[in-house]
Amino acid sequence: MLGINTQALFGQLLLGLINGSFYALLSLGLAVIFGMLNIINFAHGALFMMGAFCAYFLLTWFDLNYWWALVLAPLIIGGFGIVLQHTLLRRIAGLDHLYSLLLTFGLALIIQGVFLNYYGSSGLPYAIPAALQGGTNLGFMFLPNYRAWVVVVSLAVCLATWFLIERTRFGSYLRAATENPQLVSAFGINVPLMITLTYGLGVGLAALAGVLAAPINQVRPLMGADFIIVVFAVVVIGGMGSILGSIVTGFALGIIEGLTKYFYPEASNTVVFLLMVLVLLVKPTGLTGKAT
Amino acid sequence: MLEQLAPRASDLDAALLTVENLQSWYGESHILHGVDFHIQPGEVVTLLGRNGAGKTTTLKSIMGLIGKRTGSIRFRGTDIIHASPHKIARLGMAYCPEERGIFSSLNVQENLLLPPRIADGGLSLDAIFELFPNLKERLASQGTKLSGGEQQMLAIARILRTGAKFLMFDEPTEGLAPVIVEQIGHTIARLKSQGFTILLVEQNFRFASELADRFYVVENGKVIDRFSKETLPANMEKLASYLGV
Ligand SMILES: Nc1ncnc2c1ncn2[C@@H]1O[C@H](COP(=O)(O)OP(=O)(O)O)[C@@H](O)[C@H]1O
Ligand SMILES: [Mg+2]
Repeated sequence: MLGINTQALFGQLLLGLINGSFYALLSLGLAVIFGMLNIINFAHGALFMMGAFCAYFLLTWFDLNYWWALVLAPLIIGGFGIVLQHTLLRRIAGLDHLYSLLLTFGLALIIQGVFLNYYGSSGLPYAIPAALQGGTNLGFMFLPNYRAWVVVVSLAVCLATWFLIERTRFGSYLRAATENPQLVSAFGINVPLMITLTYGLGVGLAALAGVLAAPINQVRPLMGADFIIVVFAVVVIGGMGSILGSIVTGFALGIIEGLTKYFYPEASNTVVFLLMVLVLLVKPTGLTGKAT
Repeated sequence: MLEQLAPRASDLDAALLTVENLQSWYGESHILHGVDFHIQPGEVVTLLGRNGAGKTTTLKSIMGLIGKRTGSIRFRGTDIIHASPHKIARLGMAYCPEERGIFSSLNVQENLLLPPRIADGGLSLDAIFELFPNLKERLASQGTKLSGGEQQMLAIARILRTGAKFLMFDEPTEGLAPVIVEQIGHTIARLKSQGFTILLVEQNFRFASELADRFYVVENGKVIDRFSKETLPANMEKLASYLGV
């Protein structure tokens, strides 16, 4: 194995894993929303960015630190998502996908435009919390503590979401309502409320990813727009609407990107899209998607 | 006094469910043109009629699943014509749809436990497994991997747990083998004896005739005739012509 610089290789792998953590959280939220509302939420990147800004506002205006933001930002932005769903998205339920595409894409542009107007396109600094500063020397590489934390939190939240949907009673309502909302409501379950809460959950996941990203990427109005294009490719590769598929694909593609950066850096920005094209050629419904 | 003067009105007062001049639309198409019937507590009532007559639409309208509906539907004294499905269900009714509605992303146990308890007095799981022993062995299977008969049993079983005392079955015997039809017949008879009130839609007239107290004939979105168990034998020819058999 001559010529392999382990230090650099593991560095890129870690970077890939971090990106994979964000891909997984974001595509998981998209999958949850798609399953229940049958819309592709193009506002997801903007809501991710709002999560990061929310952390920034909590700190600068209310002196509430990172740990508070980790809990509060998903709740606040999730609540904002619930308002969006209740006032806007609800009105186009059942219409062609084109309507939800235009609506959520328009929302993304408006939200980003407002933040650009007030904060410009340069980043606002958000410090790594004291407890997670520094790093650990693993011998073969130096592992920054905050980055390890991001991977662990993302994995834990993804698994908890998977558990919620695949193994709990609420999850069984959700899966059933994805298949046949009318029948589920005929059993006495308030399906419109569940749809609203599900959107809130998906948005909350995006906001959580935003808080996690704030100390790494800086807080910028377009931080979501950069990410989300890759995330949509992840979703296409994984198969729209599959919970486990979106988690696994998110992490896997982050890692593949990282490896590409080491072995063939020229392709690192395009490898995900090449994979997407390949998958679409071979299996148009995505790796874990079911034919509809 | 009132009873003697207006027996029909008092009949309706005592009814568990009263449907009057029910009209329903699927989008632009006007499907029900005035359905009238009622059910007394503890009765088994069957809606008969040819394919496309509007029987399923009637059940869905009662359950609140048809977007546009007018007229009056009173259930336990509450007008539910404008209520949403989950509120209607919570008043104590449960619905077993024609297409069975077993969820493929849920296993048998999850399908069985899906409908929440809405009142006390639902059947225990043990009682359900006594009625449908097959289900107990298939709890971990994917819902839609069951045979047609087992799926129908599951669709019936899951609404017995809920505590709803008014049950609607839409063609529960459709496409099933005779032994299973018989098993479902026993189940419905037993539910009746336990005090459940049942609205049954059936094409299988022989099956329905053994269970029901009264029959309504639906045609072109209207109730066009009614029979009781007692008046039925004398009217078999008429009924046959309605059903086109
Ligand atoms: N989803 C629907 N959209 C439009 N028309 C429908 C729909 N479902 C049923 N119909 C029409 O409504 C009429 C009554 O159907 P239905 O209530 O299913 O009859 P039945 O259960 O008595 O066989 C039929 O003419 C059928 O074609
Ligand atoms: Mg029917």
